Amino acid sequence: MGSLFQNMQDVPLNHYIWFCTLIFVIGVIGVLVRRNAIVIFMSVELMLNAVNLLLAAFSVHHNDSSGQVFVFFIMALAAAEVAVGLSIIVMVYRNTQSIDINVLNRLKW
Amino acid sequence: MINLIWLVPLLPLIGFIINGLGRNSFSKSAIGIIGSGVVLAAFALSVGIFFEIEGSEVKSHTIYLFDWISTGSLKIPLSFLIDPLSSVMLLIITGVGFLIHIYSIGYMHNDEGFGKFFSYLNLFIFFMMLLVLGSNYIVMFIGWEGVGLCSYLLIGFWYTNKSYASAAKKAFVMNRIGDLGFLLGVFLIFVTFGSVEFATIFPMAAAYMPGDTTIALICLFLFIAACGKSAQLPLFTWLPDAMAGPTPVSALIHAATMVTAGIYMITRSNVLFDLAPVIQHLIAIIGLATAVLAALIAITQTDIKKVLAYSTVSQLGYMFLGLGVGAYSGSFFHVLTHAFFKALLFLAAGSVIHGMHHDQDMRNMGGLKKKMPITFVTMLIGTIAISGIPPFSGFFSKDEILAHVFEYNQLMWGIGVFCAALTAFYMFRMLFLTFYGQFRGTHHAEESVHESPSTMTFPLIVLAILSAIGGIIGIPEVFGGNNWLAQWLSPVLNGVRPIHLDHATEYIIMSVSVGGAVVAIAIAYFKYIKGNHVPVADAGERSFLANLSYHKFYVDELYNAIIVKPLEKISVIFYRIFDKKIIDGIVNGLGLTANESSKGLRLLQSGNVGFYLFMMVVGIIALFIYTFLAL
Repeated sequence: MGSLFQNMQDVPLNHYIWFCTLIFVIGVIGVLVRRNAIVIFMSVELMLNAVNLLLAAFSVHHNDSSGQVFVFFIMALAAAEVAVGLSIIVMVYRNTQSIDINVLNRLKW
Repeated sequence: MINLIWLVPLLPLIGFIINGLGRNSFSKSAIGIIGSGVVLAAFALSVGIFFEIEGSEVKSHTIYLFDWISTGSLKIPLSFLIDPLSSVMLLIITGVGFLIHIYSIGYMHNDEGFGKFFSYLNLFIFFMMLLVLGSNYIVMFIGWEGVGLCSYLLIGFWYTNKSYASAAKKAFVMNRIGDLGFLLGVFLIFVTFGSVEFATIFPMAAAYMPGDTTIALICLFLFIAACGKSAQLPLFTWLPDAMAGPTPVSALIHAATMVTAGIYMITRSNVLFDLAPVIQHLIAIIGLATAVLAALIAITQTDIKKVLAYSTVSQLGYMFLGLGVGAYSGSFFHVLTHAFFKALLFLAAGSVIHGMHHDQDMRNMGGLKKKMPITFVTMLIGTIAISGIPPFSGFFSKDEILAHVFEYNQLMWGIGVFCAALTAFYMFRMLFLTFYGQFRGTHHAEESVHESPSTMTFPLIVLAILSAIGGIIGIPEVFGGNNWLAQWLSPVLNGVRPIHLDHATEYIIMSVSVGGAVVAIAIAYFKYIKGNHVPVADAGERSFLANLSYHKFYVDELYNAIIVKPLEKISVIFYRIFDKKIIDGIVNGLGLTANESSKGLRLLQSGNVGFYLFMMVVGIIALFIYTFLAL
């Protein structure tokens, strides 16, 4: 265990940053190009977790545990958000028999 | 007794509150008793105060009630000044006021607004007391404005008649012009002397040389104020229109008390005016011009109240003439006697109008002598008194003014005598047209003419007695009198100002003015009784001069043309350009901008969620770029 922890410590911060940016960009592109509401939702989660990972990495880097504490809060919030978001999607599906976001184009003047 | 002075204004105020609140629920007799009762009580107190002052050595008392305004170096207490001048004024206001209250019970008996009328009258008495009693210019100003308000309310008492309501507005607006002068005068007094208390200012003024510019400016402003309140040129046109109010109001406010406020104020400030000879000269000229102009107009008027109104303006002009030549006690004497005989004349005219069922046109009257004997006799006494026939009161007061004027400037005296003759002429013309000859109205109207009830004739009789004998308080030296009034007022007026003429000259002056009056009466007698002359109908043919006089020298039309019309034009221009284009333009422009821009921007709200998300990302990236660039 000790060596694994040591190995993780050895990964340079740069790698974390590039990795997180990659995941975040995948999330953004997913949100922009996909029309399936659930997939968009998953992409949002990707972005969220990319940021979480980055917080944890910086927390270790600065030897300050408050970053990791913050991550826990975000996770708790994300869980609540998922519950609300999914229920909205379920309701949308019940009403429109579809989860294509382009069906929901009535929200205009 | 002097310590009870606060009760004198308070009583009418209480009457106002009670009658004002109970105007619809109390019976008419209860309202009449409360309204007149409080004034009678105030009169009783005033009499007590008067005799207390007369009996004591100290002639001037300042009764401090409480601090009203206290800020920085400005301290204005609500305090009352009781001295010979204000104590006599108190007697006039409460005494004549009480008689007119009694009269109103009969005159207004059938009016719906009976309670309202009495509460207004009481309020007027209250404000008049403040004006007279105030020991500084600010308390005086409250009273000054208050009586103006009451005047407005009472002129427009029958406000459903549009011309009455606009007469009230006219009086109010014209008085405002004068009030502006009062305010400016008081400001200047405060800047110059650092106080508004009479007791502080007048001793300090002694340090100034006669002809000082600041004092002259103060006096000019105060004189403008007096012009507005006392209906002098060029602000006199409101007073004849003020006759729209009920006749007791014309008698009380627009003849006996309120319009003399300007004279009271100048008499009170005599120390300042003595230091401004230029302004005094101006006052004399304006007073004389007003007296002549108003008398000329009165000659051809056909409305009985209009004749009296112009006669009031003319007599006020006399008083200002007296003030201008420094005959303060003479002017004040005329205020006193004028209060008696003009109140009497108005009330008698009211009695005639009452008997004629609210017809005021003298062309429809005539021969009322038999039908209304008491009214006739009392009005005759009033007419003789105002014409200046000895030994009635008007003779003594007018003579005192004219003697001083003779000393000052003999040309002015000549015009003054001419004006006195005019007064005698138009007053007797009115009397002859109303009471002599044949009745000229319809037969039905003739049947219903009746003498007024005793509540109306009682005040007439009392005032007639006062008009007849009122002169005894100021019998001049030449008749062996000692001019009690001048002695009495001497503490306020810086000593008695005797006439430096020998007795022979004084006799000549008197006989000229009396002779002029007698000749004028004779002319009136031959024209209106022997000649049975009746003024022609409104549209009838008149000579050029008569036409000029009948139309009041077109003063109203002149004011209309040079002030009202240009003002209206300017307002229309401002309305069209400034209001319509600029103000409305800004407001409408703002609305239009929001409307138009949202019409364009709403196209962004396509309803396409993908597009929204894309814009969101673009926005975030833009924010990032901005943040990094800013760093």
